[in-house]
Amino acid sequence: MTLPRLLWVPALLGFAVIVLPVIGLLDRVEWARLPALVTSDAALSALGLSMQTAAMSTLVCLLLGGPLAFVLARSDFRGLRVLRSLVLLPLVLPPVVGGLALLYLLGRNGFLGQLLGVQLPYTTAAVVLAQTFVAMPFLVVSLEGALRTAGERYEAVAATLGAGRWTVLRRVTIPLLLPGIGSGVVLAFARALGEFGATIAFAGSLQGTTRTLPLEIYLQRESDVDAAVALSLLLVVIAIVVIVVARPRAVEGLR
Amino acid sequence: MRAQFRLARGKFTLDVELAVEPGEVVAVLGPNGSGKSTLLNLIAGLLRPDTGHLSLDGRDLLGAPPHRRGIGLLAQEPLLFPHLSVLANVEFGPRAQYRADYRETALRWLDEVDARAFADRKPRQLSGGQAQRVALARALAADPELLLLDEPLTALDVDAAPAMRGLLRRVLRTRNRPAIMVTHDALDALVLADRVIVLDAGRIVEQGPTRTVLTRPRSPFAARIAGLNLVPGTTVDGGIRSSAGVFIAGRGSAGAGEDGVAVFSPAAVAVHRDNPHGSPRNALRVRLAGMEPHGDLIRLRAEDGLAADITPAAAAELELEPGQDVWFVVKATEVGVHAARGGVWGRD
Repeated sequence: MTLPRLLWVPALLGFAVIVLPVIGLLDRVEWARLPALVTSDAALSALGLSMQTAAMSTLVCLLLGGPLAFVLARSDFRGLRVLRSLVLLPLVLPPVVGGLALLYLLGRNGFLGQLLGVQLPYTTAAVVLAQTFVAMPFLVVSLEGALRTAGERYEAVAATLGAGRWTVLRRVTIPLLLPGIGSGVVLAFARALGEFGATIAFAGSLQGTTRTLPLEIYLQRESDVDAAVALSLLLVVIAIVVIVVARPRAVEGLR
Repeated sequence: MRAQFRLARGKFTLDVELAVEPGEVVAVLGPNGSGKSTLLNLIAGLLRPDTGHLSLDGRDLLGAPPHRRGIGLLAQEPLLFPHLSVLANVEFGPRAQYRADYRETALRWLDEVDARAFADRKPRQLSGGQAQRVALARALAADPELLLLDEPLTALDVDAAPAMRGLLRRVLRTRNRPAIMVTHDALDALVLADRVIVLDAGRIVEQGPTRTVLTRPRSPFAARIAGLNLVPGTTVDGGIRSSAGVFIAGRGSAGAGEDGVAVFSPAAVAVHRDNPHGSPRNALRVRLAGMEPHGDLIRLRAEDGLAADITPAAAAELELEPGQDVWFVVKATEVGVHAARGGVWGRD
């Protein structure tokens, strides 16, 4: 189909909205100070913490979200559709609201917080939990999409060959799903790495403990703009790497 | 195997009862949407019936999950696991059943289907015919007590199908275990099956020995795909020697000295009052039993069951009437000669 030519105008404007800000950022970078800025103690500590917590929360997403995706894609019970919609909640909820929700669930006065008797808020574990909260839907949705696309025909064949459910899962389903798992993991990691609102509401901003890279950028923005821009550039580079690695399967999975 | 299923899905209801004897191969024919594949899925345990029962060698199987049934399935598509090599695909069944000799079993079946040369390849490197042979080896390496075949030749191209059909025939005969094959091709039923079941709208509308159903179909569907002339006999070089001792020349893949059958369409038959001594043609002397309209044509029915379709004008010109002796003439190129399940022909 040939598109009406007029359609190109808003389409290009839309593309500009996405890409121009990044160029604006690049324009502002103090290239001479860049190496020193991204290797400062505060920056390295924030980067390290971000990498560790994002990796941890991605692992938690995989261990909990993987089985959740299987249940959503392969089982059939009343309320399944409601469950599927609820999983998307963190995608549409403002992250800061998610952070507050976590705080009032697990804080000193939260009912689960009292029940467990552990102090979770303002710890590194809280960072991981906040990131898991916002990143989980990305993994679940892309994995569920991959499971649906794959269908159940190979599993059915494996069962007629005498393979029990765990054998089928281990030797057929998961190997066939590896590309989907890979892109889901990359997406979840990217989302966890960029997480800001839920983290600051639930975990605060303590250097070395809960101050991840996005929080560090927000803080530096007031004292040293060049440092904030340099660290932003770091996140942009990581994001682009993630997009290149995860495309196109992950994006198709989100449709 | 004995099975009885009832399954309602919206407007469609499947309601069948069937039995397959040890070593018997049953073909299930039927139009699209008649419930053929549903029936196989019910037997394999991939679908659950509303009510029914299923037993194999006296074991009650309806409550058993698919992997505990000992029922193999070869589908239209090979569905080889794409991440595993050909050898690992064939080893899958025996390994899943914790059999120590999985490697030998897999290699033996790869030999059996003449695919050992591909053992190290990935499925995507195989042609359609090769992949389906490997899928057959994989299904059989799992040592199923009952083999289900869901249109196993449909997805193959014209060159690969006859070889696969021959392979299935050899394997099904040697194994001497029951099999149920869904097909829409009368030839598959003819070559592979002892008995035919015709399914329509979820019910069995006709069943019987392959030869009877294919030569004298009673259901409209069987009549459309079958209605073939079949002459049983023993294959010889370049044709077949009928049980009455008449040589019929034809084309086909069967080796000499096998139980076989010559197959030709009634439309390929010309009718003469006298023996036409033309060399490339087969001439069969028959006695007319009846005549009936068949579309725009007249179908002549001979006493031995053979049929010929001719135009009303030709019928009028020949001044035919029942009881008359005439010659059915058919070109050798119109006659297919196929090995057929032994024993079928004696039952009729």
